[in-house]
Amino acid sequence: MKKNLGILGILAVVFMATAMGSDSFFTAYNLFNLVERTSLYGIIGIGVAFVIITGGIDLSIGSFIGLVAVAFPWLVITHQIPVIAGLIGIIALALLAGLAHGLLITRLKLQPFVVTLCGLMIYRGIARWMVSDRTMGYGDKAFSGLKVLVGSLAQIPGMQNFAWAKHVPVAFLILIVLGIVAAVFLNKTIYGRYLLALGRNEQAARFSGINTSVMIVMAYVICSLITGLGGLLFALDYGSIQPDSFGNFYELYAIAAAVLGGCSLRGGEGSIFGIILGAALMRLLMNSISMLGIDDQLEPTVIGVVILAGVIVDELVKRFAARRRAILQARQAAS
Amino acid sequence: MSRPETPVPLLSVENVTRRFPGVTALNRVNLSVYPGEVLALIGENGAGKSTLMKILAGVQMPDEGQIKVNGTEVTLRSVQDSQASGIALIHQELNLSGNLDVGANIFLGREPLMRCGLIDKRRIRDQSRQLLERVGLDVSPDTIVDTLPIGQQQLVEIARALSINARMLIMDEPTSSLSTHETERLMDVVQDLRRRGVSVIYISHRLGEVKELADRVAVFRDGENAGELSREEITHDRMVRFMVGRDISQFYARRPHTPGAVALEVKDVQTPANPGHRLNFAIRQGEIVGVAGLVGAGRTEMLHVLFGVDRAVTGSVAVHGTSIRVNSPFDAIKAGIALVPEDRKQQGVILEMAVRANIGLAGLRKHQRRLGFLNRTQEARDSAQMIERLSIRTPHERQVVQFLSGGNQQKVVLGKWLAMNPAVLLMDEPTRGIDIGAKQEIYGLMEELAEQGVAILFVSSEMEEILGMSDRTLVMHEGRIAGELTRDELSEEAVMQLATGNVAAGAHPK
Repeated sequence: MKKNLGILGILAVVFMATAMGSDSFFTAYNLFNLVERTSLYGIIGIGVAFVIITGGIDLSIGSFIGLVAVAFPWLVITHQIPVIAGLIGIIALALLAGLAHGLLITRLKLQPFVVTLCGLMIYRGIARWMVSDRTMGYGDKAFSGLKVLVGSLAQIPGMQNFAWAKHVPVAFLILIVLGIVAAVFLNKTIYGRYLLALGRNEQAARFSGINTSVMIVMAYVICSLITGLGGLLFALDYGSIQPDSFGNFYELYAIAAAVLGGCSLRGGEGSIFGIILGAALMRLLMNSISMLGIDDQLEPTVIGVVILAGVIVDELVKRFAARRRAILQARQAAS
Repeated sequence: MSRPETPVPLLSVENVTRRFPGVTALNRVNLSVYPGEVLALIGENGAGKSTLMKILAGVQMPDEGQIKVNGTEVTLRSVQDSQASGIALIHQELNLSGNLDVGANIFLGREPLMRCGLIDKRRIRDQSRQLLERVGLDVSPDTIVDTLPIGQQQLVEIARALSINARMLIMDEPTSSLSTHETERLMDVVQDLRRRGVSVIYISHRLGEVKELADRVAVFRDGENAGELSREEITHDRMVRFMVGRDISQFYARRPHTPGAVALEVKDVQTPANPGHRLNFAIRQGEIVGVAGLVGAGRTEMLHVLFGVDRAVTGSVAVHGTSIRVNSPFDAIKAGIALVPEDRKQQGVILEMAVRANIGLAGLRKHQRRLGFLNRTQEARDSAQMIERLSIRTPHERQVVQFLSGGNQQKVVLGKWLAMNPAVLLMDEPTRGIDIGAKQEIYGLMEELAEQGVAILFVSSEMEEILGMSDRTLVMHEGRIAGELTRDELSEEAVMQLATGNVAAGAHPK
């Protein structure tokens, strides 16, 4: 919790500054979009956090989102498969991808970077090839049942009397439920503890009787499943999918959200709440840039600079703490 | 200590202190070495020898105190500084680039260049040849280092040290992985260096070698000077007494035992590292069996197979008469086997995690609640109990293990296993790098566990530990069990004979 205070602070400052600097920021429409996009990025951030905690990485997320977004209407519209069967197909696809990543990494000892970099290229190619690069749409009425997941407000049962409960996007509810499940899994179950332990020191975890290979495979499967869910939500939200570009760079945004939220790429560290804050900060920055009239072209630069600044401050704080501890201990030893 | 003929020591260390978080590694230590002298530096693991060597090699800086070379104070901030002062360290784990040839290794970082800026290979070859001759190594400078046996690689390191005109060689456990023949060769080289006026600080656990080679012995204990012996005063007993600070009979808490039923039986086990040999032995309940041997004799590999880290090629393992399959540490733990591994920081503890989480790690699955939820009550109970029972010195159970001293980290590893009530406890170098107090506590604990009927198999490179702690000793040589020594047959000489491949009388070759 203490670790998240910094990013919470930045979030508050940017929020206030944008609110004061722009009239259209504090409108229902803008805030709705902000929360909704935060939710989608937060979801894929939680997914990638599982592999980052093991000390791995998943670079294929963006391409996999593209593949899911294309494959779903391809199954349902082009091949006239029922929506439910289509969803099962997507889940199976995600399972398969996660298993493939995990097994290549644990059995063949390939580096996660290499495996998922190849995934990035493979999935993108398949997505483009299966629909011959045609734009896919989610306009068909077959999808209308799923459309409530994005772009609409939630009806939270039992909460009708609270004013705020009428302004919650459904996607945000999904994020909260997923976040709670992920946080409970990580912090309250032995499997979460195993992941954190092996992320710090896989050898010591193995020497303590933990089947680290199975746990790593599981982390990649969880990541791919959550990415699949995120991909569907992104697709429903955008409605029109370009196979050659949809989802491009999303893995980097997911990783950035996780890192902003306190995940170390060395593994073993991560807070779900932090990741949600990280995603929120990223979306807020994107939003602020357009609200404050900064050139759109500079958007990636601003985000990059803010993340870099955050990581630098974090590192400096850690060093300061370490030095203070060393001095304290030296003093204790001397006395 | 004054010497009329050479009043100024080549090297003197004066009141050097070095602290690490949680432990004072060196406390106002003094040491002097005279030109052409072989000074043996001995002490148990954790006595501060390696810290001092790192300071002399320029790898670490002292917190207090002075280092003088030829009477002039020097500051050794880097390995380069140290080399410029004529000091060269030959580390236990050799520091060679195995993929390069001998000449390239000797001149690594100081390659002579031709006028055009390229490496002058001919000069390297010529000068290397001379240096190799001086250390009595008859190989071509073009030989790739990896193809040489370990003893010859060590001579290459010595040649490198000579190439920088080192006047002072520090050798850290130089013989721990050498055969008898290679050891003799190395001793000759050291004698020769002494004749040429090079001083040597010789660190070793082999008191036999020390007796043969040293002009003087300095003993460290717990980061302090424990005593010095001149050439004529050197005896095995005196050295040991300085090392442990009292009679060994009191230090090692062995009491006579009556071992019970067979707890661990190993039959025809072939390890992947040494598939040419079959391992056969059994340990009884309440028995403490030591495993001695040179570095690389296959001792750690054997423990790894018993614990399921590596899979046996063939063979069977039984615990309390029940044959078990050990394909992973999980299987081993389920069968009641625990391993305190050699590399504590990499394999024993998770440094960044709390004491409590480390102690609970192995038992998480056993104590899990429904749906895999953590049993925090049990974890807290286990850790509180272990902190008390092993007197782990930590401010609180949420302290990150990293900030504990080596001895307390090792106790955390032990606590993790004791919470599982193992039937068989495997220990690999159980007291490496820990202070003498913690060491004695661990010996006491081993004794206590044996009395409760735990079968203990421990690997140690420290002769005193083998002599002091084992009811029975297995000696390994090149992947096989070269022999077994009972308590009556046990002596440093008997162990070394078997460990270096000479079958001694009184031993039972297997």
